[in-house]
Amino acid sequence: MDNIAGHKSSLTWAVHISVVLLVALWLFPTVGLFVSSFRTADQIASSGWWNAMFPTEQSLTLRTADPDAQVQQDGVYVIEGNLFAVEGRDPAPISTFGISSRDVSAFQPGDTAELRDGSALTLQANGDYRLVSAEEITGTRGSRVFVSAEIPPEFTLRNYDTVLGQDVVQRLLMFVGAGLVLWGVARFVLSSQPPVVAQALPVVAGLALMAALAVGFGLSSGAAEGAQTTDDMARAFLSTLTVTIPATIIPIVVAAFAAYALAWMDFPGRALLIAFVVGLLVVPLQLALIPLLKLHLSMGIGKGYLGVWLAHTGFGLPLAVYLLRNYMVGLPRDIIENARVDGATEFQIFTKIILPLSFPALASFAIFQFLWTWNDLLVAKVFLIDASGQTTVMTNQIVELLGTRGGNWEILATAAFVSIAVPLVVFFAMQRYLVRGLLAGSVK
Amino acid sequence: MHPALQGLLTIVIGVGACLSYFWASNQFLDRVLFPAKGPNAGRNINRANMIRPWLFLFPALFALSLYLAYPVFETIRLSLTDRVTQPDGTTVYHFVGLGNYIQMSGDPKFWEALWNNMLWLIVVPALSTAFGLMAAQLTDRITWGNVAKSLIFMPMAISFVGAAVIWKLIYDARPPDAAQIGVLNAVYVSLTGNDPQQWLTVPFWNSFLLMVVLVWIQTGFAMVILSAALRGIPEETIEAAIVDGANPFQIFFKIKVPQIMPTIMLVWTTITLVVLKIFDIVFAMTNGQWGTQVLANYMFNQLFVTRDWGVGSASAMVIMLLVTPILVWNVRQARKEMR
Repeated sequence: MDNIAGHKSSLTWAVHISVVLLVALWLFPTVGLFVSSFRTADQIASSGWWNAMFPTEQSLTLRTADPDAQVQQDGVYVIEGNLFAVEGRDPAPISTFGISSRDVSAFQPGDTAELRDGSALTLQANGDYRLVSAEEITGTRGSRVFVSAEIPPEFTLRNYDTVLGQDVVQRLLMFVGAGLVLWGVARFVLSSQPPVVAQALPVVAGLALMAALAVGFGLSSGAAEGAQTTDDMARAFLSTLTVTIPATIIPIVVAAFAAYALAWMDFPGRALLIAFVVGLLVVPLQLALIPLLKLHLSMGIGKGYLGVWLAHTGFGLPLAVYLLRNYMVGLPRDIIENARVDGATEFQIFTKIILPLSFPALASFAIFQFLWTWNDLLVAKVFLIDASGQTTVMTNQIVELLGTRGGNWEILATAAFVSIAVPLVVFFAMQRYLVRGLLAGSVK
Repeated sequence: MHPALQGLLTIVIGVGACLSYFWASNQFLDRVLFPAKGPNAGRNINRANMIRPWLFLFPALFALSLYLAYPVFETIRLSLTDRVTQPDGTTVYHFVGLGNYIQMSGDPKFWEALWNNMLWLIVVPALSTAFGLMAAQLTDRITWGNVAKSLIFMPMAISFVGAAVIWKLIYDARPPDAAQIGVLNAVYVSLTGNDPQQWLTVPFWNSFLLMVVLVWIQTGFAMVILSAALRGIPEETIEAAIVDGANPFQIFFKIKVPQIMPTIMLVWTTITLVVLKIFDIVFAMTNGQWGTQVLANYMFNQLFVTRDWGVGSASAMVIMLLVTPILVWNVRQARKEMR
């Protein structure tokens, strides 16, 4: 349309600028979370994430070395060293310091401050200190020193170690690398195969990768020793995966058969059944919570994975049947009738012709259902999570973190990003099918 | 057993059972019940073909009826009863008529939830559709439009809970003398010089701050659908308008928008459905405190915190009631298409 007469070039610029602004606005929140997940707690608390690339003025509470380190020189007791080295930090230029929490910037570097027990502390800008006392210094720990320092930007994977367990991110990258290599090799080997195989392959490879990841996380969840239960996202990640995969695959199988019957078989009441499915499409699942929980409890399923799989299957079916039926109706009639004439049974027609041809619709629904079950909180809370605390999902874990560690943004941001990462990968890898599904589902 | 192994096993058993059900029942039908040979071959084939659709449909119909249709009626029943635990530990349900509804209408939190839901219903679909339309129109005209689209569409993949964390960081407030790490407060403090605000506790406006989250998520959806609709507009109508001297804004508002009106309505209703069921965002960000309650969260509280199943079911029925017009309209559309 750009070359249509009467089109103003100034307007083109306005369009470009507005789109840039719009995209920036939409991306900004997510980027904030992403950046924050790689910053240390001190950094997050002392500056907004948009300043992450710049050095920040931070208030630190450091300690001198323990009294064990004192030496006797010329009749006085002395402790010497570097404040940053005591805590294993990198040195940073100190701008002010203090010895009381009420006045943290009382002294300039080079000044000597008198401590309460009569000793004198001299602190240089680079963190070197000299603590001098006439009497022997007692106590079990060093004196506290409040320091304001210019800390250079620092990015770390430590938050991920806390949230997922030691070195999980590194291991994960290894898995992904291996998976990609495997995928590439398989793709190369099978490049001469028919397109159905070539198309289904990435899905199979993805599932294999997920299984590998699941096992990997299973092994590593024990490694997160010492981490608090609330921080143990690795376990939650695993449960989420356990909920999601069966809850995605089972409705597809069930819905595909039903959709075929509704699309290509003639029987009385078909139109009524389609209307029934369309009606159920909008029934709020809130209505189902109590009746089904009652039912599950009375059947002895109780709260657990089986219950949540069944619930997700039930709630996902209307969309699955609707999407797949709409797609299957559009398949060419000739193919199916020729197959019937050639003596194929309905079962053969379904598995050998309809299923392969419906791959795009199956993929669309699979993505919807995957995103929905992965991101779900309500169904998991009602049908899965019991008082024992053995089962949880990531969304629930994050809500709990929001309650218990609302101020610890490094933990929160990392936990949230871990739960968002998988859907984002799926989204960007399979966006084509997602869009197609949306259009098939809502615009005829 | 390890849950991952259990999960894998379930997939194998579940999918295997599904497939073997379909295969075995078809075999049974064709080989044993109505074999397509012998004296009655023709009649048998017809009979088998009459039964087969129901074999294919049975699992889906069973699950749909049990998990979606039955709960509607059971919820109606529960909303008319009170759950009473007797001294011996058993639970009985007493019929109380409209008692639960009357009790609910006396609860100010319910009216707050209903009022807030109405606000959500007005604001979120309107803003999402408007932004989506704008984004669709703008990105359709530029070369890197597809990249822009997929970035605006991205929040769709993010869970409501994840989005709640993302936006809580934006609304975060620190003490006045500390550096502000929430964007909103950083901007607010530097522009006005006032003390930072705890945004999520500011009455009335905090609901809108929660709505922003849903608008952020749903705009991408609206954009994708509307962009497809915009591309479907016949070129001739636009060319004719250009020849007649219409400016770009006139073309957009007077030529394009009226032609995609049905799609706009469809996007609007779809987002309305999402809004009616909105739960996670409110639950994770404020849990209905400070006057931000909505119906779905009110219901969750009644069911699992207060443990009053009667009132909880009654509020679920209110949500169902609000959805019903859309349900009827949808079913009518579907039946019209079928003819």
